[in-house]
Amino acid sequence: MKKIIILIIFFLSFSKLNALIEVDITRGNLDPLPIAISPLHVDIKSELIDGLKVKDLGGDISKIIEKNFKSTGLFNPLKKDAFVQKPDIAHLKPRFEDWRLIKAQALVTGKIIISDGKLKVEFRLWDLTASKEMLALAFTTTPTNWRRVAHIISDKIYERLTGEDGYFDTRVIYVAESGPKNQRVKKLAIMDQDGANTKYLTLGNELVLTPRFNPSNQLVTYLSYFRNLPRVYLLDIETGTQEVVGNFPGMTFAPRFSPDGKKIIMSFAKDGNSDIYTMDLDTRVVERITEHSSIDTSPSYSPDGNYICFNSDRSGLQQIYVMKSDGSNVKRITFGDGIYGTPVWSPRGDLIAFTKVRKGRFYIGVMRSDGSGERLLTENFYQEAPSWSPNGRVLVFYRETKSGPKGEGFSAKLWSIDITGYNERKISTETDASDPSWSSLLSK
Amino acid sequence: MKFNTSLKNLLLIIFAVFALSACSTAKKGDQTSGDVYTGTETVEYLAKGVPDRVFFATNKSSLTTAARETLRKQATFLRKNKNLNITIEGHADERGTREYNLALGERRANAARDYLMTYGISGKRISVISYGKERPVNTASTPLAWSQNRRSVTVKVN
Repeated sequence: MKKIIILIIFFLSFSKLNALIEVDITRGNLDPLPIAISPLHVDIKSELIDGLKVKDLGGDISKIIEKNFKSTGLFNPLKKDAFVQKPDIAHLKPRFEDWRLIKAQALVTGKIIISDGKLKVEFRLWDLTASKEMLALAFTTTPTNWRRVAHIISDKIYERLTGEDGYFDTRVIYVAESGPKNQRVKKLAIMDQDGANTKYLTLGNELVLTPRFNPSNQLVTYLSYFRNLPRVYLLDIETGTQEVVGNFPGMTFAPRFSPDGKKIIMSFAKDGNSDIYTMDLDTRVVERITEHSSIDTSPSYSPDGNYICFNSDRSGLQQIYVMKSDGSNVKRITFGDGIYGTPVWSPRGDLIAFTKVRKGRFYIGVMRSDGSGERLLTENFYQEAPSWSPNGRVLVFYRETKSGPKGEGFSAKLWSIDITGYNERKISTETDASDPSWSSLLSK
Repeated sequence: MKFNTSLKNLLLIIFAVFALSACSTAKKGDQTSGDVYTGTETVEYLAKGVPDRVFFATNKSSLTTAARETLRKQATFLRKNKNLNITIEGHADERGTREYNLALGERRANAARDYLMTYGISGKRISVISYGKERPVNTASTPLAWSQNRRSVTVKVN
């Protein structure tokens, strides 16, 4: 994947005043903010550049922004046929009272200029209630990066309106699945957060499971059954180079990166017993973190790197435990009715997401890192493996469904849900999909 | 007389209920005991009379009496075929999280391996691999299918 550089060319202006419109994302939003996203005005028409129809770009970019905002559940992008001003005129200075008439509270306008083979995209965010410009930015890039520009603009607007980091300029790595359930073919796949630009990273010759990004989004650690030896691997998604990192005399699995990206934490099964180990990627020094005759697996670091949450059946059944990163002070944090697995620490540090199984039903939930405040967000016949959006507001997970009792119509899909419990959505993928891992923001 | 009839009816009902429950336990008992599969539907054979697989209870890796019997037959077979090496595949049902199931499959395969070793089979002849829930033998979502999938399977390598 080629390196993408986007320069912020200039700040048109920035309102220091607090905006009147604000979106509170800490609770389920039953009254999403009406926002008008005008097609971007295209300065030079009918020109083809890098195989792109430039005159369509204005509409296409605004559609991506609109789709991103719709997917948050916090915004209600208004229908374009009600728009009252042409894109170029609105971008200069909107007639606020006219836009208020269609009940819009915020307006996004923009302009596209092609010069010297570069794509320059300007946009402005207007507060229609206060009749003020809230944000104005411009980006210059190679024209083929137009989708990323749309995602970056979405992030900037989201940040301005919610006060939180966005999560649109991100990718999801997952396992693409095909074939019957007893002979499933699994490949690593990566796509933009909105489902575009899918690329397959392995051919499907061997079973692959549980890919996870490192903090810089360049490396992925995953489990591969290459040569029928289930081991943890490292893949550089820019160069395509792969290497085994968990080359222990037995199965290594359940890998994740430490928050600084320097270590991989994973399970190693020795004589049938799984314990948690770390490997330093520079020195290759291996450290044993847990030593217990039970199954210890699914480790995940706290964002400060000081703690590890993990899954263990040392009490008899699968429960979630937290310990210091050196393996000391092990504390069980789940005591509810049912079994708990797949703990993942939020990038904000406040919550742990998990899968719970109770009376034959699977739940995705969140709790505080001491186990208190458990909230179950979604329930189904089978679902697991939550992964956090980089701002810690949304979880992506996978769900398997069947249409008949004999396993007919088997299907696995990615879903997302806000940690408020609202806004559950299926994410469209080219094939069946499982084991999603959400990247951090690419442009940070 | 009236009393007599109703008593007779009651007895008939009790009998019917008893027959029904007997029938259902008998049917269940055919295939599973506790929730361990006891049938032969999915079983293949390493040699005549030597089943290739043993079954486990939910979330467990302890060997049942039937599992031990099967493994003793496998040990006898392996002692007779000294040049034969095997892989034991450990599997779980679909009703658990993926990573835990990988660990559980590993534990089941090792339980079978350890038992074969106590019957004199060298550990060098036995490799283990866990597939977790990745390779179900029965893809249905029923308690019977899950019981058939909670298994370790002994596979000839050479």
